[in-house]
Amino acid sequence: MSAVSSPAPQASSGARARTINRIVIYGLLALFAIFYLMPLFVMLVTSFKTMDEIQNGNMLSLPHAPTFAPWIKAWSEVCSGLTCVGMKGYFWNSIKMVVPAVLISTLLGALNGYVLTKWRFRGHILVFAMMLFACFIPFQSVLLPMATILGSLGRFGVTLQNATGFNFGLGNSTVNLVFVHVVYGLGFTTLFFRNYYEAFPTELVKAAQVDGASFFQIFRRIMLPNSLPIIVVTVIYQFTNIWNDFLFASAYAGSGDVMPMTVALNNVVNTSTGVVEYNVNMAAAMIAALPTLIVYVVAGRYFVRGLMAGAVKG
Amino acid sequence: MSTVAETQIKLTPEHDARPGASVRSRLQDLLPKIVLAPSFAATIIFVYGFILWTIYLSFTNSKTFPSYAITGGRAYQRLWRWTFESDPPSSWYTSITNMGIFGFLYIAICLALGLFLAILLDQKIRGEGVLRPIYLYPMALSFIVTGVAWKWFLDPGLGLEQTLHQWGWTSFHFDWIKNKDFVIYTVVIAGVWQASGFVMAMFLAGLRGIDGEIMKAAQIDGASTFQLYRRIVIPLLRPVFLSAFIVLAHLAIKSYDLVVALTSGGPGGSAWLPSNFMYEFTFKRNEMAVGSASAVIMLMTITAIIVPYLYSELREKSR
Repeated sequence: MSAVSSPAPQASSGARARTINRIVIYGLLALFAIFYLMPLFVMLVTSFKTMDEIQNGNMLSLPHAPTFAPWIKAWSEVCSGLTCVGMKGYFWNSIKMVVPAVLISTLLGALNGYVLTKWRFRGHILVFAMMLFACFIPFQSVLLPMATILGSLGRFGVTLQNATGFNFGLGNSTVNLVFVHVVYGLGFTTLFFRNYYEAFPTELVKAAQVDGASFFQIFRRIMLPNSLPIIVVTVIYQFTNIWNDFLFASAYAGSGDVMPMTVALNNVVNTSTGVVEYNVNMAAAMIAALPTLIVYVVAGRYFVRGLMAGAVKG
Repeated sequence: MSTVAETQIKLTPEHDARPGASVRSRLQDLLPKIVLAPSFAATIIFVYGFILWTIYLSFTNSKTFPSYAITGGRAYQRLWRWTFESDPPSSWYTSITNMGIFGFLYIAICLALGLFLAILLDQKIRGEGVLRPIYLYPMALSFIVTGVAWKWFLDPGLGLEQTLHQWGWTSFHFDWIKNKDFVIYTVVIAGVWQASGFVMAMFLAGLRGIDGEIMKAAQIDGASTFQLYRRIVIPLLRPVFLSAFIVLAHLAIKSYDLVVALTSGGPGGSAWLPSNFMYEFTFKRNEMAVGSASAVIMLMTITAIIVPYLYSELREKSR
């Protein structure tokens, strides 16, 4: 702007226009910030209010007498359908599902990316393209066959249980969901690592080969130590996606005490016996939101990078 | 030196036929493929195999349980008939009409709002580091979670309407979420709220990638800020528009929990999208063949958008 700034007489009106301009810009930005923050704000303040205050007060006002009771009730007593044991069990279901699914899919993605960039073979582009396309499919198109297969595996698990006294995890909802999330997360994790390793100097790998390092030695000693940023991106992306998943969870673990957090929350909110306790519902929603929210606050930069990497392909 | 390295490195199986290669070293050479194989096999079976399976099921007359006798395209015929059944609307008619409304508005508003916010944020704003994460966080939360708040906010008896009544604007009326003709627009609002910050981030990255010299030159030539953006910046952002469109289009078609969390399907299923139609018909209404056929149609729609895009991206990459 300074390059085209006008001579002195008009400068003051130019400066005023610029000030107005700035005010408008900041005003708009603030307005949108309110728009984006509003639902979270409503959830947060409502979760600390008493039902009395909710019914007689304003949705947007801060709690007069903040209370933790809704949170405690949401954690240990709230009803999902007819079972009133709180969210804690479902929370752990989600944790038990997310941790192995994230670790396995990230490790496999790293190995796949490593092979697809540093150990190329004929057709590597096709293999990658096929895995990449899997990121985009509507999961409705695989939902039913997977349900059938998981059902049969479950029955086989029962047979094994009867024969050997151990079902090897077959028919266990958590194991099923881990499996499903690993399989349908592979496309993303492979994409992340492949694009990252693409830029990794191949000379280093070649030099290590000349020195006699094996496939896995190179992976462990050279690739992995240099992969921290992309590991963080992948772990966060997978964690968020798997924690937030609702479709698979409701199709394969949609009822009973095996539900992950999202399904349980949806049930809690839609349980319509008696008075709807909005404060408890909001507290339950906050509990479901906290893990991903914390990750976002702590490492939001990496989360955005993951989204970007998933958006700008190739 | 380099030739030695070359021969040692290019130990693809074709080269490996040379005599003297021990079993062990041949195994070493196959190792990369062995490592990749499980993932690739899983993709082939659980993605492509299952898609074929779903296509197969759509040509049977499966109801509650899969049946494997091909009975022809009855499911598709029914969907086709329902496509034109507008009065009273069939569930399928509602779902695809909603998809059209939702898809168009969601993509258009997200692109417009995302670009607008990115341009605002690109004006050397103080506090950008605070604002950006605020615009983007909805993408990190499940809509099952934020839907709880949205549902409340949009509820005429509790949320916005009630609040404005308390503030004295008693004639204010906003009951879209309970209105079968307007409920889909509340899904648009919530969807835009969730994804527009992400589109903003994509555009912002694009804006930051534009060469500052071009902008300066245009300013010296006397271009106004508006002209600068219309004539120079926005055309330069074309690749970002394309990526954002692809992302939004496939998110739109996959949208499922948005509708469930916000409206539980809406009054009489009036907020359904094809994804909800598929789930309901397959798992609740015991019309597995019809559900599969609708899944196939969803898949074909996404494929028509994604495959040309991936093809051009990957071809460009490999030159």
